[in-house]
Amino acid sequence: MTDAAKATTDKTTPRILYCRCAYAQVVPPEVKQEVLAGLAASGRGFEAVADLCEMAARRDPQLKSLAADDRPLKIAACWPRAVQGLFQLADAALPKQGVEIHNMRTDSAAEVLAGVLGEPATAASGEDQS
Amino acid sequence: MIATTPSPPRVVLYEGPGSEPLAAGERTTLIGDLLDRGFRVTAADATASGETVGACIVVGRFGGSPPELAATAAEVSLLDVTGLLPETIIEQVEATRTGEPMNRPEGPDTWKPWFPVIDTDRCTNCMQCLTFCLFDVYGVAGDHTLRVENPANCKVNCPACSRVCPEVAIMFPKYHAGPIDGSPVRQQDVAAEKMKVDISALLGGDIYEKLRQRSEGAKARFSKERDAKQALSERRRCLTKLADAAQIPREVLDALPTPEEIERRTAAAAEKAAAALAARESQTAG
Repeated sequence: MTDAAKATTDKTTPRILYCRCAYAQVVPPEVKQEVLAGLAASGRGFEAVADLCEMAARRDPQLKSLAADDRPLKIAACWPRAVQGLFQLADAALPKQGVEIHNMRTDSAAEVLAGVLGEPATAASGEDQS
Repeated sequence: MIATTPSPPRVVLYEGPGSEPLAAGERTTLIGDLLDRGFRVTAADATASGETVGACIVVGRFGGSPPELAATAAEVSLLDVTGLLPETIIEQVEATRTGEPMNRPEGPDTWKPWFPVIDTDRCTNCMQCLTFCLFDVYGVAGDHTLRVENPANCKVNCPACSRVCPEVAIMFPKYHAGPIDGSPVRQQDVAAEKMKVDISALLGGDIYEKLRQRSEGAKARFSKERDAKQALSERRRCLTKLADAAQIPREVLDALPTPEEIERRTAAAAEKAAAALAARESQTAG
């Protein structure tokens, strides 16, 4: 692969963000554990945070950094409306395009993994999938 | 106060060239346990974030020859964990932390992140929640819109303000049921007015009359709120009935301030809301 081709791939390869929801038990433990195991076994790089709510409350600058990156973003967390609100609260609004949010509260681990490890999100297709 | 509590450091699990990879099971255990202790983890590969916000601990099995750090990486520390099991790696990561304790999912002084999150697509900035909340959770942003200013002031497990929102725009992501948990707002949530009916009943059936009055103008809108006795009585009636319906923990009611303090806070909140509404109206008119 040429350097130019690699640079293009890196720009379009989605980043993956996993939220552990560690401060509450609203996400079924077996689902979040299975999703984490699937991500860890996938060979893909990913970001994992203890709790997006906790980060939003402290307006953690790391959220801004995650939201500002140009590359597509796939998130395994909870309800998309809540996730978008959390980023907004942290002054780190997610872009309207290129972001997929998969809901571990309602979907199976297999569905979430298929979503976050599947085809890259693009600017045209990047709406919430949950 | 969560805003001043140190952010957890980012742990970068490096398994690229120059480092021996962990087995998949070990990797899962290590990452899961770090997250359950409040850390953020980057499982690094070419797609991982290259951002360098905050402190960072790079963990890898470097075989005794950890890579050299760039001169600019002042906040980055390296941890060679060759031959160590996940539980020992975690101990070593913990040992690198100094200074103030951070918030932890499991701990004696854990702050559970419970606070309102606004769906800005639904919020009309009517400021009902700001006027209702006695704990200074809400504030007004520079553009005169509603803002969750002090999340840590919110009373854990209390969703009361979401029940007074006429637009179903207030979420508590850790609530157990929809639409307060952030699940999609269905037509029946709004049109069937279950929430509104509940609130109307809880407030003695007069909330719509109040809303109609408030829509006539900012000044008129808040004239009733300044009637301290009425406001206090309304709020107490509402909270007691909500508590009876198992929606508000008793601790929240017990934490209510004195009547005089409630009166002062109500007036201050109403004033703040009225100013924001007036500013927005003036903006719209201009």
